[in-house]
Amino acid sequence: MIITRKVEFSASHVCRAPGLSDEENERRFGTAANPHGHGHNYVLEVSLEGEPDPVTGMVLDLKELKEILNREVVSLYDHRFLNYEVPPFDKVVPTTENIARDVWGRLQRHLNRDGHRLHSVRVYETPDLYVDYFGE
Amino acid sequence: MFLVTRRYQFAASHRLHTPQLSEEANQRLYGKCNYPYGHGHNYVVEVSARGPLDEATGCALSVPDLDALVRREVLEVFANRNLNAEIPVFEGDLVPTSENLSVEICRRLKRHWHEAFPGAWPKLELIRIAETPRNIFEVDADEIA
Repeated sequence: MIITRKVEFSASHVCRAPGLSDEENERRFGTAANPHGHGHNYVLEVSLEGEPDPVTGMVLDLKELKEILNREVVSLYDHRFLNYEVPPFDKVVPTTENIARDVWGRLQRHLNRDGHRLHSVRVYETPDLYVDYFGE
Repeated sequence: MFLVTRRYQFAASHRLHTPQLSEEANQRLYGKCNYPYGHGHNYVVEVSARGPLDEATGCALSVPDLDALVRREVLEVFANRNLNAEIPVFEGDLVPTSENLSVEICRRLKRHWHEAFPGAWPKLELIRIAETPRNIFEVDADEIA
């Protein structure tokens, strides 16, 4: 069984790869390469796979999942400029893919327990662009 | 592995009617969708591609390249068209249901995928069409010839 909790955060970023020329960054990222940055209302969906506990009937109490998401992700990302304020995005381009991978890394050790494991992380940068990450 | 999904929209009209059935059978089968002059939808098309991360750019897929492919092969072809009258594949017996439309869109993207993405990755994974917010159709690209 898969259960999903959705949270939101707003943040700004610049998508510009230091190893690429200005022209290549422009071609690759378009206006997202604008050095002053821009923001999104990100939506994050975190899914766990597991079996319901025979006593509680729950895979994991969604209240607890909400607290973990707030503590490990939202409180760090929300209303921040990702490139300047949230490592590893001082070194890693904060694309939707890299955000999904970073979220996975932050959550994995809190969510892989007896009875359930982290199944996937979905990050919506806008309603028109989202990424699913399932681990390596 | 990452699955990157991009959402697009276009408006088009269609009429569901098959020449292989009688007028009465068509009316019974398709109901309002068989009214003679057709009707339209705001189609929402989601295109998903799978691939590993390019560590230099942090992307599993180049969104501008996907946008250009979808613009040329889907949006410029279907937007504000009458699917029955203006899209060759639907001029014969093939009914422009959203099942058939999603297969046609998938075929168009597969046919030109390697022009846009010449490497081994990303791979086209699935096409999902919402004909209305309540009617959704999904095809696995590997199952479409």
